Amino acid sequence: MEFLSYLISGLSLGSVYAIIALGYTMVYGIAKMLNFAHGDVIMVGGYVSYIAMARAGLPGWLSVIIAMAVCTLLGVVIEGLAYRPLRSATSLAVLITAIGVSYFLQNAALLIWGANFKTYPSLISGTLKLSLGEDRQLSIPYVAMLTVVVCILIMVGLTLFTSKTKMGKAMRACSEDKGAAQLMGINVNKTISVTFAIGSALAAVAGVLLCSSFPTLKPTTGSMPGIKAFTAAVFGGIGSIPGAFLGGLLLGIIESFAKAYISTQLANTIVFAVLIVVLLVRPAGLLGKYVPEKV
Amino acid sequence: MSSLKKSKLSASAVRDYFSFPLVTAAFFIITFMSSHDMLNKRMQGLLVPVCCYIVMALSLNLTVGIMGELSLGHAGFMSLGAFTGVVVSQSLIDSVPNDILRLVIAIVAGALIAAVGGFLIGLPVLRLRGDYLAIVTLAFGEIIMDIVNCLIVGHDKNGLHIIFNFKGEKTVADLNLAENGTAIIKGAQGAVGTKTIATFTAGFLIIMLTLFLVLSFIRSRTGRAVLAIRDNRIAAESMGVNVMKYKMIAFVLSTTLAGMAGALYGLNFNMISADKFNFNTSILVLVFVVLGGLGNMLGSIIAATVLYILPEALRGLADYRMLMYAIVLILVMLATNNPKVRNLFVKILPKRKSKEGAQ
Repeated sequence: MEFLSYLISGLSLGSVYAIIALGYTMVYGIAKMLNFAHGDVIMVGGYVSYIAMARAGLPGWLSVIIAMAVCTLLGVVIEGLAYRPLRSATSLAVLITAIGVSYFLQNAALLIWGANFKTYPSLISGTLKLSLGEDRQLSIPYVAMLTVVVCILIMVGLTLFTSKTKMGKAMRACSEDKGAAQLMGINVNKTISVTFAIGSALAAVAGVLLCSSFPTLKPTTGSMPGIKAFTAAVFGGIGSIPGAFLGGLLLGIIESFAKAYISTQLANTIVFAVLIVVLLVRPAGLLGKYVPEKV
Repeated sequence: MSSLKKSKLSASAVRDYFSFPLVTAAFFIITFMSSHDMLNKRMQGLLVPVCCYIVMALSLNLTVGIMGELSLGHAGFMSLGAFTGVVVSQSLIDSVPNDILRLVIAIVAGALIAAVGGFLIGLPVLRLRGDYLAIVTLAFGEIIMDIVNCLIVGHDKNGLHIIFNFKGEKTVADLNLAENGTAIIKGAQGAVGTKTIATFTAGFLIIMLTLFLVLSFIRSRTGRAVLAIRDNRIAAESMGVNVMKYKMIAFVLSTTLAGMAGALYGLNFNMISADKFNFNTSILVLVFVVLGGLGNMLGSIIAATVLYILPEALRGLADYRMLMYAIVLILVMLATNNPKVRNLFVKILPKRKSKEGAQ
């Protein structure tokens, strides 16, 4: 029974990672940049929905929508101000700028909301208790169920979006070859902006779900989940949407089991060790495309 | 192309070797200032850490600028050096009473352990490329931090006692130290009660040694092979350059230097925990390297000094200082990398044209 409950908490954590990783992977796929500020957008999403719920007393669903709107705007503004001028710069320059944006968001949050952590009111509370035979009971928090369902919906939605809609196809074209896409009449800048908008909206959702499961909210809340989700994206094969989903889920489950059965202190170590082994066996990640070099 | 390269090389050589007199001059000026009470206490406290971060920046520049691979876990090697240095220095406190000698032994030990760590980590890491290599170095940085966090080390007359606190239930008492034994590293608390023996002079000497090693490495046969691999791996490989071997040499040299910096850093504070060497520290050093210019050693020195002191200098702005730091960082990156701004610079300073193009 313990096994099942660890599996469920792993799935729920993994779903949050997966949602964040989807944002990472989309931005990476199209802009070929590691957006280190992504984790901090999660934090902003968490704070905005916290303010909406706890201070303004709005209902949970409305606070999620507000958080998504704010983060979408934030993502587009960040992209326009900080990343767009560097479109032709080296990837390292863009990486450092992303780090600068990450510092900026963290410190701005510190100034606006203070260093003390806030206790996040969960979106939905309560647990579903299933009794399986005598004195064996499985309790599943509703938040965990919601997280997994939302994650699957987002994943299906994104897959449909990228394969069926015009904008989705433009995104895939841009990630293959920006120059050729532009020649075919695709507005590359607009496509990249939309990608950032979607990624940031997903980050807001992830922020709300993350804080609902782990209710401490502080300016650095987003950093570690951000790094882990980035790991998950690489794990599954960066640039691939199903890869991010799979990578996120696996990472969450491994982390949950490592905490339960091996060592709490070494949970991160085990997660990262698995990543290293996977990359050595499959250098492009689990579902990544291996592109041989042409000489 | 060859004539252009030649002129660039000599220009960069002049710039590189100019670092030696510059660092020496800076050292004497600062020593003079501090002996005449012209530095306040806070600035005095910054001297050794600045030296350590300069060495870190030079060392990371070797990996990122010369070898051309992004490393996001360099602080891990600093951590290896720091805790090795602290353990060695604290356990030799009775047998080697001379502080200077003990500091040298500790730094050598820190460098050696970091070199071994670099070799072991390099074996898997250097097989990967690009962003995948970057994420694996990040992973190793976090792994080193976690493992050091679990470490409990003590020393008594029977020698060193080391236990790993993987389950979180062990404490210093489990070391079973004899009487007069001391605990050196107390798990997540880190190293406590370290006798601080790091000095600014040692920091200066380490910078000079690092500069010498890095600059002679770049101009050696091995260094040229590493540069060839960076510029075109496939061409280098087809000319018979053993990519793995040369990358490994450069990487191990880089981690060795980071270990030295770490040992000095660890011995500058009477308490230090593994969390100090987290991902953010790796990023901090990377920022020094990128802002100083990839492959530009003088640039690394200047960037490390200015950017390490900047948050302190901005202390007057209190809570706004890190915000200012972030804004400065973004603006500098935009100003130096945006083609429009760069072209503007090229127009104003026509002489710099070839240099800007070459970088």
